[in-house]
Amino acid sequence: MVEFALPKNSKITVGKTWPKPEGATNIRKFQIYRWNPDDGKNPSVDTYFLDMDKCGPMVLDALIKIKNEIDPTLTFRRSCREGICGSCAMNVDGINTLACIYGLDEIKGDVKIYPLPHMPVVKDLIPDLTHFYAQHASIMPWLETKTNRPAKEWRQSIEDRKKLDGLYECVMCASCSTSCPSYWWNGDRYLGPAALLHAYRWIIDSRDEATGERLDSLEDPFKLYRCHTIMNCAKTCPKGLNPAKAIADIKKMLVERNI
Amino acid sequence: MAFLTDRKRAEYRGSSRHGTEHLWGQTISAVGLAILVPLFILTFGSILGSTYEEAIAYYQRPFPAIIAGMTITVAMIHFRHGIQVVIEDYTRGLTKKFLIIACTCIAYAIAATGLFALARIAL
Repeated sequence: MVEFALPKNSKITVGKTWPKPEGATNIRKFQIYRWNPDDGKNPSVDTYFLDMDKCGPMVLDALIKIKNEIDPTLTFRRSCREGICGSCAMNVDGINTLACIYGLDEIKGDVKIYPLPHMPVVKDLIPDLTHFYAQHASIMPWLETKTNRPAKEWRQSIEDRKKLDGLYECVMCASCSTSCPSYWWNGDRYLGPAALLHAYRWIIDSRDEATGERLDSLEDPFKLYRCHTIMNCAKTCPKGLNPAKAIADIKKMLVERNI
Repeated sequence: MAFLTDRKRAEYRGSSRHGTEHLWGQTISAVGLAILVPLFILTFGSILGSTYEEAIAYYQRPFPAIIAGMTITVAMIHFRHGIQVVIEDYTRGLTKKFLIIACTCIAYAIAATGLFALARIAL
């Protein structure tokens, strides 16, 4: 059966409250999920206070400030700080998003930061994305061709290139997949919105010659059809993409192939 | 704990190469029900409050009987396939298999009972 309650060792406790910055007038409260695999304790939520007059505008700015100035043990992934690498995906104020492009002014009240939901946690805000990446690899995210390589390049019309817009921009941050209840319950077999969006990106590519094989490998009650059009993926995508539409288009192609 | 590679876990047992007929079947039965359910409510609603003899006489007429028969049949086919998805979503292993079999039997039993009742009224 699906587990609707957290296991005992995952129940979140109240963590440490760090002191408020002295002399600050514009203070904001941050509640951040903490878990260390080495101390054997349950996860906790630590409370931090930041002087917003000395903090950048984005959630990632606040996290970096906390790590640099208050608690160097706070662990999170980050790299590009401009929404390109997808490293800093986390659950901010109940929404899966990229901390680097999510403004603190978009959040009312205290800032609550958790790792991406329903994924194993490596430490603090870092989820284990091993299975997510393996699922992405399983959809063959590369150009498959059978025709001999042309002398110059694989040509593509402007119209066909436009079909890839809204697909190629995905940065694999896993915000969509980890917001999907179907992926929560059946993530072991359901590929999830991100992998399926990428699958569609190669299916619809006019230069790719493995469309049939790609559709064959997706035609499965769990790999593809576990999508129930809940639309959380489209709602949460920090890049404004619509994986649900890509999945619907794959289903449409399969129906059209069968009837 | 099996020593499986990440790719092996992701691939699981590969694609079962089906599921599209399930989606298409559910789409067809949903469209069918969108037409049948209002007709069933209209026909069934028109005899609500009437006597037993009047209701029997009403369902001896072909149109209400056919509408009722088709609604029961299509609704149970739709239910049987729909509930299978719900069961697959939330259960695992033997429980899943048992529930799918049980719900299939219940759906067919309800359809058979409804059709038998209609046939008995008509004949």
